[in-house]
Amino acid sequence: MAVGPVSASAPGPVAAALKDAVISAALTALLLVPLVGLRATEQGGGPLILTTRFGLVAIFGLIVGVLRFVLLLTIWHPARAKPGRTGPALFNGLGDRLAPVLKPAFFGILLVYPLLAVLGSGGLGPSRYWVDLGIYILTYVMLGWGLNIVVGLAGLLDLGYVAFYAVGAYTFALLSTSIPVSDFFAGALGADFWKAWSFWVCLPISGILAALWGVILGFPVLRLRGDYLAIVTLAFGEIIRLVLINWVDLTNGGAGISSIPPITFFGIPFTNSDGGFASLFGLTFDPMHRNIFLYFVILALAALTALATVRLRRMPVGRAWEALREDEIACRSLGINTTLTKLTAFSIGAMFGGFAGAFFAVRIRFVSPESFTFMESAVILAIVVLGGMGSQMGVAMSAILLIGGMEMLRNLTFLKSPWLLGPDFDPSLYRMLIFGFAMVAVMAWRPRGLVSGRLATIFLKHRKKVSGDLVAEGHG
Amino acid sequence: MSAPMLRAEGVKTQYGKIIALRGVDLDVNEGEIVTIIGANGAGKSTLMMTICGAPRASEGRILFEGQDITRMPTHEIMRLKIAQSPEGRRIFPRMSVFENLQMGAALDNYAHFNDDLERMFDLFPRLKERLHQRGGTLSGGEQQMLAIARALMSRPRLLLLDEPSLGLAPLVVRQIFDVIRDLNATEGLTVFLVEQNAYHALKLAHRGYVLVNGAITLSGTGRALLENPDVKAAYLEGGA
Repeated sequence: MAVGPVSASAPGPVAAALKDAVISAALTALLLVPLVGLRATEQGGGPLILTTRFGLVAIFGLIVGVLRFVLLLTIWHPARAKPGRTGPALFNGLGDRLAPVLKPAFFGILLVYPLLAVLGSGGLGPSRYWVDLGIYILTYVMLGWGLNIVVGLAGLLDLGYVAFYAVGAYTFALLSTSIPVSDFFAGALGADFWKAWSFWVCLPISGILAALWGVILGFPVLRLRGDYLAIVTLAFGEIIRLVLINWVDLTNGGAGISSIPPITFFGIPFTNSDGGFASLFGLTFDPMHRNIFLYFVILALAALTALATVRLRRMPVGRAWEALREDEIACRSLGINTTLTKLTAFSIGAMFGGFAGAFFAVRIRFVSPESFTFMESAVILAIVVLGGMGSQMGVAMSAILLIGGMEMLRNLTFLKSPWLLGPDFDPSLYRMLIFGFAMVAVMAWRPRGLVSGRLATIFLKHRKKVSGDLVAEGHG
Repeated sequence: MSAPMLRAEGVKTQYGKIIALRGVDLDVNEGEIVTIIGANGAGKSTLMMTICGAPRASEGRILFEGQDITRMPTHEIMRLKIAQSPEGRRIFPRMSVFENLQMGAALDNYAHFNDDLERMFDLFPRLKERLHQRGGTLSGGEQQMLAIARALMSRPRLLLLDEPSLGLAPLVVRQIFDVIRDLNATEGLTVFLVEQNAYHALKLAHRGYVLVNGAITLSGTGRALLENPDVKAAYLEGGA
């Protein structure tokens, strides 16, 4: 038994912890009486009525007290020997053993996910929620991978990534609903051409335009780094959104653009008619066919992003990005054109954002500036940072955890029972709170992200894993 | 004697209104080790950075093998087979030693990568032991070796070394200076060395310049400068 600073006359650890816990619980309850305990509710336009919720205050106080008591006796115990790095090391060991099977398994699950959803929920119709959730998460996986190129690889902190997402979405929305463009193609390639093919024609255009905007943003910010770059990109994201709101002639302002043509199976519409997808492939018509197809489109787009990143990392430009993240002056002294390197990172990252934007527009079939707020940029950045910058698997995992987790909050209906939080309680309103807790937790225990170690990008004879513990915080 | 490899003619450099270099003339001939010594803030590092084009000289010319490089972008200057080991080493801390060396070879298009890698292991055996370790986890001396090795990977004709002895133990400094001397003697590598450690630098160099307040006040062979009473008084007393 280690001889601690506790002398014989002092109270024992249990008594001290108990005292601390009681005081904390009382303080919490005291603080929460005005904050939670008293509540002014409106009653049908009449005067405000004060309702009391002292039961809830007591529950909160009890939670704080018990948690503090337990923590004081375990993790915060003064005599407790520090376990060193067992936590992360445990994770790392697990990760090393799982690594070879993890990636193929991950992509395998993604491929059969719609099938699992259909079988699990018992039919095409009921699986709709799960397939849509998959599409939603994969969109963020793709956005995370796109931003990962800019932030994770090139080390350029971009807080306005949603701007490129918006450029992609509006490019597709505007072109596909444009009457002159439609008329032009009607004259050249037949009346239905544009309706059937607009997404497939606009997808590359969206990417290219977003990349162009990446370059346009890139030029003025070439000299900036770190905080300054972050502020300018933040402003850029807001500018794009404000332009979308205020340029009413082009974008229809805050009302947005609706009636965007739906996605087609490479020209074959998902309709219940003779020329439709179902009848051509001898299936019974079901509106879910389109959703499942959308799932595979975003899966393909995300896979394209991942593969492109893996390839680029091994090419000189990818290595130049990583070197740029490390030290710009050293880069220049090695003859790397830092201007070009930054611009390629910005534009390639933006291009994938543009692809995702076009996909977003064809999925929702409606775009408005409200979809492209700073919150979106923040969520995408959080996905990249929580996942471990530069790590593709980490980004995918954190996208699944964050986006899927937020969605799962909706399902916590048991919290609505009257003796807990009441039927008015909406768990999804607390998502930002939980989001914040998740951030703090990850940064406290895994400061370099969920997947922090990385394989050496280039290697001599065999790959060696570079442990995350050797890396500066927040980088990987 | 043929034209010098590197020549500076009346080079002036300013940071805004602050004048860092007030007209520097110097020559570095092929196969020489030339050193610039001077006190803190004399403009030694500025001179080296000006040769690399960042910051640019406001007046004067810099010639490399007769070609005017004064207005060239930094990365293009480096492509003329000038390599720099910058002040403070500036290795890539989160890349492995191997990756650092590979970055250095990018300019050479990896044509001689494996040969050069072996050569670096001969010059700095420590790097071989540390090959898969992250650059940032190396000791100061090892980082300096890595910075020099990284610069050499591009097969330069002129090596610019900025304060290689900075913050290193005397034994390690001697080791590094021995390597530089060897490279110069066996391969004829031209070296332009900026140093505060005047004694070691002048012992190593064929010729030296003394920089005071942005202007060259003295020049001569390394041995002559070592014995010069002014140099002795200003830079060597109490040092060495």
